[in-house]
Amino acid sequence: MELLLASAVGIMTACGVYLMLRQRTFPVILGLTLVTYAVNVFLFASGRLAQNLPPVLNPEATAYSDPLPQALVLTAIVIAFGMTAVVVMIALSAYLSARDDRIDMSEDDTYDDEQTADHVDNAEDGA
Amino acid sequence: MSLFLIASLPFLGAIFPALLIRAGRNASAASAGMVTLTALIGLLTNAPAVLRGEVVVARIDWMPGLGLNANFFLDGLGLLFAGLILGIGLLIILYARFYLSRKDPMGQFYTYLLLFQGAMVGIVLSDNILLLLIFWELTSLSSFLLIGFWKHLPEGRQGARMALLVTGSGGLAMIGGMLIIGNIVGSYDLTVILQHKELIQASPLYLPALLLILAGCFTKSAQFPFHFWLPHAMAAPTPVSAYLHSATMVKAGLFLMARMWPVLAGTDAWFYIVATTGLVTMVLGAVIALFKDDLKALLAYSTVSQLGLITMLLGFGTKAAATAAVFHIINHATFKCALFMSAGIIDHSAHTRDIKRLGGLIHLMPLTFTIVLVAALSMAGIPPFNGFLSKEMMLEETLSAVWQGSPYLVAALAVFGALFSVAYSFRYIGHVFLGKRRSDYPGEPHDPGPGLWLAPVFLTFLVVVIGLFPNAVVGPLVQVASGAVIGDGQPVVFYAKLWHGFIPALYMSVVAVVGGFVLLLMQRRLAPLWDAAPRPEAKVIFDALVGGFTSLSRRLSEALHDGALSRYAAIFMVFTLALAAYAYGTGAKGAPNREMLDLTIMPVIGWICLTGATVCVVAFHRNRFLALVLIGVVGLIIALAFNYLSAPDLALTQISVEVVTIILLLLALNFMPKNTPQESSTGRKLRDATLSIGAGLGAGGLIYALMGREFSQPSISEFHLENSYSGGGGTNVVNVILVDFRGFDTFGEIIVLGIAAIVIFAITEAVLASNVRGRLLNREPDMAQAGNPHPLMMVVATRVMMPIALMVAAYIFFRGHNAPGGGFIAGLIAAIAVVMQYMASGYEWAADRQRVYYHGIIGSGVLIAALTGMGSWFAGLPFLTSSFGYITIWPLEKFEWATAALFDLGVFLAVLGAVMLALESLARFAWQPGMDSEHPMEINPARDDADNHEKQEA
Repeated sequence: MELLLASAVGIMTACGVYLMLRQRTFPVILGLTLVTYAVNVFLFASGRLAQNLPPVLNPEATAYSDPLPQALVLTAIVIAFGMTAVVVMIALSAYLSARDDRIDMSEDDTYDDEQTADHVDNAEDGA
Repeated sequence: MSLFLIASLPFLGAIFPALLIRAGRNASAASAGMVTLTALIGLLTNAPAVLRGEVVVARIDWMPGLGLNANFFLDGLGLLFAGLILGIGLLIILYARFYLSRKDPMGQFYTYLLLFQGAMVGIVLSDNILLLLIFWELTSLSSFLLIGFWKHLPEGRQGARMALLVTGSGGLAMIGGMLIIGNIVGSYDLTVILQHKELIQASPLYLPALLLILAGCFTKSAQFPFHFWLPHAMAAPTPVSAYLHSATMVKAGLFLMARMWPVLAGTDAWFYIVATTGLVTMVLGAVIALFKDDLKALLAYSTVSQLGLITMLLGFGTKAAATAAVFHIINHATFKCALFMSAGIIDHSAHTRDIKRLGGLIHLMPLTFTIVLVAALSMAGIPPFNGFLSKEMMLEETLSAVWQGSPYLVAALAVFGALFSVAYSFRYIGHVFLGKRRSDYPGEPHDPGPGLWLAPVFLTFLVVVIGLFPNAVVGPLVQVASGAVIGDGQPVVFYAKLWHGFIPALYMSVVAVVGGFVLLLMQRRLAPLWDAAPRPEAKVIFDALVGGFTSLSRRLSEALHDGALSRYAAIFMVFTLALAAYAYGTGAKGAPNREMLDLTIMPVIGWICLTGATVCVVAFHRNRFLALVLIGVVGLIIALAFNYLSAPDLALTQISVEVVTIILLLLALNFMPKNTPQESSTGRKLRDATLSIGAGLGAGGLIYALMGREFSQPSISEFHLENSYSGGGGTNVVNVILVDFRGFDTFGEIIVLGIAAIVIFAITEAVLASNVRGRLLNREPDMAQAGNPHPLMMVVATRVMMPIALMVAAYIFFRGHNAPGGGFIAGLIAAIAVVMQYMASGYEWAADRQRVYYHGIIGSGVLIAALTGMGSWFAGLPFLTSSFGYITIWPLEKFEWATAALFDLGVFLAVLGAVMLALESLARFAWQPGMDSEHPMEINPARDDADNHEKQEA
């Protein structure tokens, strides 16, 4: 069972990282989502696996599943949603404004940037 | 008055001038003056105790574990400096009121001035060196604002930048030095450090610490080779120059050398570094000053020279020299401040500070002439003024200084420097005031009103009085201050007199005065030679250095930061993998000692679905729609896995988050290309695949190893399990952890979530306000559209579902404390209930029926959580302490009430609001006029048929 879970974490991480290294925003977001799943499961599993154990206190139970990683992962899932939403929004706005969803700056972009920087410097020196 | 109050008064009072400027410039200046006066009176109430030899202390232990305490102490040295800072500050405030013109923002000026004053007072009163360092940096920052006060002048801006860079980097060095000292002694309290001379000087780190601290002092006090910033800082308004550059900021370095004197001085390293630097600075400054034609530049270099003199005296490391240094600090502050003010007066009325364009002013400005005459003669060291007394002491001390075996070298150079300082002092008098009256002054020189002359006249009065009665006027102060500098507990004997008899120092003085006078007569002939002589120009070197560093860092950042995000991600991955490999190679891991769970058929099926879907996401990621569906599969299986592994709370959260995430991604995909083009080369794919397989192996291997072993330390989960019911009143431990044990975490988390939603809203507003909006409104769908955007069945079903879904949310919410559920999950479910309406009936229909804005829901959620937390304050308990109890409502069963439930309500609202605001923002992109039909549910028996009638009539 542990091997299954560990291999699932490994595969999700590998696939997520691969997608995160792509050059368009949407695959990167998908990769981020996959890595998030992997991280959440990883954190959860750090409390060790337990099957058929009650998570809720009751007088008959002798053992419980570990509540602490569960609480941490619960908030992590919700925060991950917030993060994904922000990233999606940034990607979408960038695409709509620039009509391009590449995540790498092209050569022209860098050139423009330098031009502006030099311009500001000259203005400063001239003043 | 408490030392805390004295140190904080200028900071607190800094707000008044800025506010009161609306009531006029007098009100603004008066408020600044009142603040300073109050602090000064507060200081003076402590003076009798200090003069008796006591040390006044005020301590607050803030973070004792880090050695960071708000400790202040006031001894003789502190009293001397604080008195100078506040007393001269008062005079400067008066002077500046009449110096600044109507166009200058005076409120701002006084605010900066008070901030600076507070930082300076903080330095001299701090007992804790960490606190002292903070005040030290604050002086650099506030002086930057003051030097660059005339923002329209490029020299002002450049001078301010240079001063900040030089003193700021010196300050950084000093932080290092101070931390080393603190480490050696084991305490950051000055009073403790000053007791450990042997310990510090025996440490191998003594020399590095000394060098670093001196770097801070020398940059601040404009010692060679860092002296160049001071003349450039003269672009500041004259009151600033008079305050910062004669009496206070440049003396901060001296103060620190004096403060650390008991533990740092007395070694060869100290003598050779400090005394030599001081001597060189003194001679160099004096020589340059003579050839400067700008009055303020002359004064600036003379200040450099005089600071060098004091540094040299401190460097000698003898008690008598330290006493002379303290005495000269007082004298220099009085005459130099008066001279700066007089330079400002001349500039104000003659409209120039160029000595070559002045001369003969004695006929037009007799009062100013008197001020300058007294102050400059004191600077030259002419009796009976106070400068003579301390200069005489200095010359006497140089006689006993032996530099590398040559006994007269220091004395000879000191006389040489004194000779030049006599020359430039006489030059100020002679070339500016004496001689014939000219007819070509740029302005109309005249004596100023009392506002401008009161302060310098008072200072020259001090010059004379201290000169005539040194022992009565400043004797006790010099004694306690030098006692504090020397710090060996022995009383210091200070006795100054004008006539000592025919001693060597007198001859040296005579040589300096006569030589200086001769030198002045030759000045006009020497000046062309000086100008023609090749010498390094500090500003050019400084600019070249700064330029070099700028272009180096630009090249570096362009190489590393070329805008290719995927490259950064790859670099990050490589680095992480390398670190992990290193950790794996060097770490030790124990043998597996935990039994694994048995394998059954269900998890295997789940695993196949999960990994299959994951691999397919990558394989088909170019078809974005398909990839999204597959991601949904992965998320659902994970929810099942959580449930299978005894984590029902997580399963519920995962499944509801999954729903909103997929809706969000679908909404976004609506506007984006539906396919990803093939771009990467095979080599690149290979590289990425290698990296990702490495990452996957690392993550999978690590968690496998972890799961095969028991906890190495006892888990803190036991504590939570034991106390959940007895302390938190709930049996669902996960929920109790969220709303009770770690409530503060959760509180932070809902705030983060709220901020994320508001960021999304803000981006939406910005994008929709740009030209993108037009494009969105006119966009053509790139995929086939559904025939009916709002199918009847779906509209009816969602409306029926809405109350049921909300009911489920309420149920999940209330059971949360004792069974799987809670605010997070309930909030997500409620959000889904509302989102369903948007999807089925359209944005417009749903937005019409929206009564409360989502921002408000987020805000009220955070507020409710915060207020619940604060409620415990009223019971005298820390923030977010929960409380619970039981009530019975007949005929129902026993109920539990818990404040944690109220906190959970806050969580519920924040999550609901955040999710809705995020989704609604995205939905607003999709809106196009006429997209929604007027009535999403076409057949509505309840609807008035008026519309239909109208249509028929039309």
